[in-house]
Amino acid sequence: MNDSSSPARSLSSGGERAAAGGPSSDVLVSVEGASKRFCRDLKRSLLYGLSDIAADLNPFKTGARDVALRDDEFWALRNVSCDLRRGECLGLIGRNGAGKTTLLKMLTGLIKPDTGRITIRGRVGALIALGAGFHPLLTGRENIYINGAVLGFTKREVDRQFDDIVDFAELREFIDTPVQNYSSGMQVRLGFAVAVRLIRPDVLILDEVIAVGDESFRSKCYQVVSDILGRCAVIFVSHSMAMINRLSTRVMVLSNGEAIFTGEPVAGIETYLRTIDGSDGIVHRSLGTGEAVIHRLALEDENGASVSDLHYSRPWRLCMDLTVSAAFTEYDVSVTFMSRAQELVAQCHSRANRQRLQHDGRRHRVEIAFDAQLLNPGRYWINIAVFDRSGTRHLCWEFGITQFTVVGPFIGSAPLQMLGSWHTTPLGTKSVVPSSSV
Amino acid sequence: MTEDPVVTIYTPESPIRRPASFIREMAADLLASRELARRLFLRDLRAQYRHSLFGYLWMIVPPLMVSAPFIYLNSSGVMRMGETPIPYPAFAVVGTVIWQTFVDALNSPLRVMNASRAMLTRINFPREAILLSGLMQVACSFLVRLVLLAGVFAAFSLPVPSTAPLFLVGMVSVALTGLAIGVFLTPLGLLYGDVQQALPLASTFLMLLTPVLYPEPVSGFGATIAAINPLTPLVTTTREWLTMGPAEHVASFIAVSAATIVFLALGWIAYRLALPHLIARLGN
Repeated sequence: MNDSSSPARSLSSGGERAAAGGPSSDVLVSVEGASKRFCRDLKRSLLYGLSDIAADLNPFKTGARDVALRDDEFWALRNVSCDLRRGECLGLIGRNGAGKTTLLKMLTGLIKPDTGRITIRGRVGALIALGAGFHPLLTGRENIYINGAVLGFTKREVDRQFDDIVDFAELREFIDTPVQNYSSGMQVRLGFAVAVRLIRPDVLILDEVIAVGDESFRSKCYQVVSDILGRCAVIFVSHSMAMINRLSTRVMVLSNGEAIFTGEPVAGIETYLRTIDGSDGIVHRSLGTGEAVIHRLALEDENGASVSDLHYSRPWRLCMDLTVSAAFTEYDVSVTFMSRAQELVAQCHSRANRQRLQHDGRRHRVEIAFDAQLLNPGRYWINIAVFDRSGTRHLCWEFGITQFTVVGPFIGSAPLQMLGSWHTTPLGTKSVVPSSSV
Repeated sequence: MTEDPVVTIYTPESPIRRPASFIREMAADLLASRELARRLFLRDLRAQYRHSLFGYLWMIVPPLMVSAPFIYLNSSGVMRMGETPIPYPAFAVVGTVIWQTFVDALNSPLRVMNASRAMLTRINFPREAILLSGLMQVACSFLVRLVLLAGVFAAFSLPVPSTAPLFLVGMVSVALTGLAIGVFLTPLGLLYGDVQQALPLASTFLMLLTPVLYPEPVSGFGATIAAINPLTPLVTTTREWLTMGPAEHVASFIAVSAATIVFLALGWIAYRLALPHLIARLGN
């Protein structure tokens, strides 16, 4: 490709580390001010597609393309820039529709940028669309060769890796069975094995595919992807913050097509969590009989200030003002903490805490003090249920009543991050290096 | 990594602004797509007939089904097809085998593109592979139909003239003409379903305007239509090479074939330019 003949139409003004004199040689991926516009309306979108094709076909058209938004269009990606070197891993995070997939599609050359310039040095390998080209009626064996050819490998190259692929996918006994008889997990395993055993990329593009198959296969995938990571520049999309934190050396947060943050992973994840508002599928719903009412709910930090961000490992309190029907002299309160995926990750129950909550039928305040916030940094929702003493009647049940963010200097991979007291003691005597035979 | 890395650049500008590298890429992708095209062709062939009782016999059904009613109408005297140099049933079957190859080639780009939609919008592979695999399917169907032609020749004890090998040249030209039109229609057809709706109707209509099932008219309105229809020399010349010997319209045949090559090259360029835009509009 003749690089020098086409001057970069670089629009990178807001991008970090905009390449002034052309990207240096160890930069494998260089995105300079890339934008892409999409259309909300299908009929219009098709027309715009035709007009874009016509513009490209016109050999006499010179000068800059018109890049204003047309009717019904929006920026799916706007002026995004980044450089990536070998050994670096850029985690892309953002809500659905933030522009992550659009960026990946431009990097793989599937779609063209409307502005800017993308330069890639070396071979691009993508772990996206696993098992592309699979035909359900053909056997696993036949499909391995088809998928290999789709990824650009010859029969001989696939031959060399064939046994490895089959073993990795753990499908030896089913390899001559039509793929339509595979479970979906088996199909994905085969697709993953083909891709990961064949590609030798300089630039690797990963789209949430590490999380395939069951738990044991997943850890194997993670292992093999980690092995590839160090050898190339990686761009990686995931909704799992734990995965992003584990793999990324840098994070780019996309919001409505714009890169609102590029930098260190933990800070990026915090930025991302802040962009998610409560509408993320979790809507506050009041269930229950209405025989108890919560008037006010507040989270307080150790200084007694009402906050929505709690610091990991710091003390905090939950305060609520409520009224319970005089028909019930005693009641119980259950507070559950829910992740964004609506999984319950922790609970605090008055009965488990051996409390007897009593009242006189008037408005009163309940405070629960916690020594330390132990939840993994991230965003959580609170559900509160007030029960009668029998534990069967929901006097009040507030689902997703409020949300808060736990901030901390790390992101772990489990919802609960316990605090322990750690000691190491020298044992003096003989030092025995553990060997594999033990 | 000691080897010089490949540098790929994506910009908004049209690649035809740099014609030299554009043509180099076209050639490189065509070469690179052969293995994948063969795989995709074999995949579709095996899968298509794996759960079928009659298998490859289905490939000879379309030309038989098209010619059978005309053979019946002609033999019963309801409709006179005019004087044919060989018995009418043989004339009609040869004609429809040629025509069916044209129609197959015409439909193949859009058909294979639609079938590979999921792959196209997710993975970047040499896009020529899809067209090539479609062309291989067309060639395969034609080769199977040669058996049908052999049967017809045997049944009517027709002599095979020395020009018969030229028949294959004619068939290549017929197939490439169909392909060229099909490739040109593909971008539009991927965006708008109308094209796929219209293609079968249009090709039936076109068949009746082309001397496929009747000899070329020598006078009247029919002669004018046949004279301006570029498909006339393709079909008649190809058929004459197989059934009679030296053909009448060789010069027009060569002219149409040359135009087809140019047309196909332009269609290929348009296809490459259009694909990123099509993928952007087709979504996932």
